Amino acid sequence: MDEILKLNKVSLTYQSDNAETKAIKDLSFSVKETEFVSIIGPSGCGKTTVLSLIAGLLNPTDGNILYKGEDISKTNDNIGYMLQRDELFSWRNIEKNVLLPLEIKKINTKENRENALFLIEKYGLKDFVKSYPNQLSGGMRQRVALIRTLAPRPDLLLLDEPFSALDSQTRLKVNGDVYSIIRSENKTAILVTHDIAEAISLSDKIIVLSKRPATVYKEHVLDFDKNLPPIKRREDKKFSQLFETLWRELNDEN
Amino acid sequence: MKTNDISRDRKQYLNSKRNKKILTVIVQVLILVIFLTLWEVLARLNVIDKFLMSMPSQIIKTTVDLYKSGELFLHLKTTLYETLLGFLIATSLGTIIALILWWSEFLRKVLEPYIVVLNSLPKIALGPIIIVWFGAGTKSIVFMAILITIIVTIITMLNGFLSIEQGKILLMRSLGASKIQMLYKLVLPASLGTFISCLKINVGMAWIGSIMGEYLVSKQGIGYLIVYGGQVFRLDLVMASTVILCVLAGLMYLGVSILEKLLIKNK
Repeated sequence: MDEILKLNKVSLTYQSDNAETKAIKDLSFSVKETEFVSIIGPSGCGKTTVLSLIAGLLNPTDGNILYKGEDISKTNDNIGYMLQRDELFSWRNIEKNVLLPLEIKKINTKENRENALFLIEKYGLKDFVKSYPNQLSGGMRQRVALIRTLAPRPDLLLLDEPFSALDSQTRLKVNGDVYSIIRSENKTAILVTHDIAEAISLSDKIIVLSKRPATVYKEHVLDFDKNLPPIKRREDKKFSQLFETLWRELNDEN
Repeated sequence: MKTNDISRDRKQYLNSKRNKKILTVIVQVLILVIFLTLWEVLARLNVIDKFLMSMPSQIIKTTVDLYKSGELFLHLKTTLYETLLGFLIATSLGTIIALILWWSEFLRKVLEPYIVVLNSLPKIALGPIIIVWFGAGTKSIVFMAILITIIVTIITMLNGFLSIEQGKILLMRSLGASKIQMLYKLVLPASLGTFISCLKINVGMAWIGSIMGEYLVSKQGIGYLIVYGGQVFRLDLVMASTVILCVLAGLMYLGVSILEKLLIKNK
């Protein structure tokens, strides 16, 4: 598998009125094509900042980020960013919400529109195309948000705790949905989460960050059967071992 | 849904809800009727001074007389024209200024103290200046209506623009949206609710402005009738004009409410 993303000794320093904060220091890792990578770390360590850097919303103070060998200097059209909350626009129906990225990126072609509608249909939202977000449940809204992220056909998905606003029952369900959608679309994904179990059940690789300034503390490559759905992984005995290891590592870092 | 599909409890609930609504309207009407009857009777029995208080029948008669002489529509037209013109100009101009301030943070910071002072200033204090600048006529009155309405519009709309959720802005930024796209796809549609409430406030503001303007300078209009009536101690004229004003303001508010329903339906 080819490397799709590479972070090279990335550092970021924030300037605010009171102080200069070192958020990230010498962060290096790489992501292979179609890999599902989770980033976990102690709270407030700058996990979301890492995604903002990859999305091009922030520029590193030092080091560089390469996407397929090229420097990411501004928002890259091959990267889709899914936020913590669905952020659906209440005045747009589901179809219009999903088409928003196409309008913004000025790639609202017939082909792209059809692809987006196809995704809506494929992932069970066909009956809700003309509905408005407030008519949908939390889990469905999150699925719409994922399809919106997929609409401009990105290769790399950045997921910033996209399940944190859901109740635990829905969360498990959406976890499975998102996992199977990303797998079947052959996308690469980087997930930021504070939920160890979620990270283990979804990932091929888990990166544990240190506390601030964040840098890579540990990397774990997981070897679960690729066809095992996330919920089944939780029953595997490797799951609890890994859970314990990760839990200890996070606490060591705190 | 057919009636027999509804459970008894549901029926009871709906009935009690409807009854409460009917009761509210009945009491509302009753208050008005009792108030007017009492006023009329007490005035006729000379318990209260007819000259100072006038009475409902006299107010109606005055209104009818105004209508017959053709004066009613002249005054109505004048004030309505001034109010609507002030309302429209202030609302659109105020919204545009708010947009410019949203666009440029620097300008917003620079102009903030000026807007605060202008907002606190009683606009009537500028009356003499306005008359000198715009002359003793319609122009001054419309300007007064604009002045009173526009500052509130700017502040309300700007607050609306600035209170858009950070998450939605982040989403747009992550999609690489330009500032123009941010404006058209997010800020404007998200501020529709704010705009409607701003329109409702502005209805009241524009009326204050136009009537105040007419108090200062005018030869015709409802405000003029009120001032004139007061000067010649024709309280029936003052009261009749006030009632007409109530009706007009109510109708304009109703117009905005209908507009709101239409816009939200299209949503």
